[in-house]
Amino acid sequence: MREAATPWERLRQVLLTIGPGAFWLGLFVLIPTLIMLVASLMSRGSLGQLVPPLGLHNYLRFFSDPLFVEIIGRSLWIGFWSTVFIMLLGYPLAFYIAQSRHKEVLLLLVVIPFFTNFLIRVYAWIVVFQKEGLLNGLITAFGLPPAELLPSTLAVYVATVYTYLPFFVLPLYAAVERIDWSQLEAAYDLGARPIRAFWEAIFPQTVPGLFAGFLLVFIPAVGTFVIADLLGGGKVTLIGNLIQLQFGSAQNWAFGSAASMVLMAMVLLGLWLYARTQGERGLDKLV
Amino acid sequence: MKRLLSFHAWLVFAFLYLPIVVIVALSFNKSRFGVRFTGFTFDWYIRLFSNERILEYLTNTLIVAVVSTVVSTILGTLLAVGLVRYQFRLQTALRYLLYVPVVVPDVVMGISLLLLFDVVRDAIGWPRLSLFTIILAHISFQIAYVTLVVRARLMLLDPTLEEAAKDLGATPWLTFREVTLPLIMPGVVSGALLAFSLSLDDFVVTFFTAGPGSTTLPLYIYSSVKLGVSPEIHALSTLMVGITILVLLLGTLFWRKRA
Repeated sequence: MREAATPWERLRQVLLTIGPGAFWLGLFVLIPTLIMLVASLMSRGSLGQLVPPLGLHNYLRFFSDPLFVEIIGRSLWIGFWSTVFIMLLGYPLAFYIAQSRHKEVLLLLVVIPFFTNFLIRVYAWIVVFQKEGLLNGLITAFGLPPAELLPSTLAVYVATVYTYLPFFVLPLYAAVERIDWSQLEAAYDLGARPIRAFWEAIFPQTVPGLFAGFLLVFIPAVGTFVIADLLGGGKVTLIGNLIQLQFGSAQNWAFGSAASMVLMAMVLLGLWLYARTQGERGLDKLV
Repeated sequence: MKRLLSFHAWLVFAFLYLPIVVIVALSFNKSRFGVRFTGFTFDWYIRLFSNERILEYLTNTLIVAVVSTVVSTILGTLLAVGLVRYQFRLQTALRYLLYVPVVVPDVVMGISLLLLFDVVRDAIGWPRLSLFTIILAHISFQIAYVTLVVRARLMLLDPTLEEAAKDLGATPWLTFREVTLPLIMPGVVSGALLAFSLSLDDFVVTFFTAGPGSTTLPLYIYSSVKLGVSPEIHALSTLMVGITILVLLLGTLFWRKRA
């Protein structure tokens, strides 16, 4: 190997490659987060502007008001159950695709909704659930009176499951593709019945994919405001809606910043738990 | 067991495509309301194309996507090269910073940038919320994705190829241009495509960083949907789904040919 370049030369190369990107991330990711932290400690001025005094009042208000605690609980609850439904739908699907002769076509069929514009996917459910929509068309065809399906929690669930299902199937499929099937044979040879053989030999191999898929779906499902906004109306307020409201009509940026910090803390806590079980390599797998 | 698995799979695919099929069908429906098909028509498409604002929103969307993709691909690729090739202080911190735009919810990313632009504008009177601020915001999350995709490709690379080039007397820049870049090109292209589609798809970050006169297609769809369901939006959605399918098909064919 050739002698390493001089320290100055090396520094120049590091700065040339890393410099611009690191500068950008510092300016547009790190600094905004710090500004948000400071804003969350400020107060709302008479015109909605951020003013001193600084203090923890926004956080105290957030955690002492049962309404806001309920919003957090609801966000986690809806996020959790949507993720569970997605896993129930997606887990067998990943196996079916991995074992199919038409893998490529089936994967493309999963990817098309994944790449279809997010708002169109949400909008599609408005069309299905609206008063004169498809579902009510079916209901009335059975001679029943049309139902008020919008806004509703049911619609929020369905659209959330629909929106994030491909996010789960793709990483899980990658895990299923790598399964060492000889372990299943071994389990059979040792006399295991099919269900036990699957549970002991195959399922553990998919656990890292399950964890990654869970986080990939759970985090955005908890943080979204668009789905609840369009399909839940005023009925379903999630933490995302609360934040949007504070930055929109309520004009209380300080309180909105505090709510954002709470959401961010929840996400980071989840990631920290994940990194502890899966290691930092697991974080790479998320992407 | 196999039968059960396949039955389940087709149910899930039906779920994935039902709403899309409904939108496409309704975009050709004469009736303005409801799902009863009262006749075939292209009216909604004609109305859509005679709406001049749509063309403006499409242009805005494309300007944002193209500019932000170019910048983020360059910055992200360089960053990936530096992260893989050099060890330096603060490297771990930088790696964590890279995950932030990927894992933090869009709404938090959007409002933190809104706060930044507001604070800076209060201080120096610039920048106004506009296409420019949307572009800055998009680059900020795209860089992370590009870097991670390119880095994955770089880690598969044989480092002796670069060493060979250096031994033959190539300068670092020449080595990068003639050896490294061609080898990681598939990663760079994938990263750029991902960045581009993230930009086209983004609603939330755009929502918070857009100002008057900088409406993009997702923003337009959102405000129309808030006003109520309309067949023009069916038509617009159908076109966008059609373009998505076309691009994905072409992409698949392209990659298969290369493989």
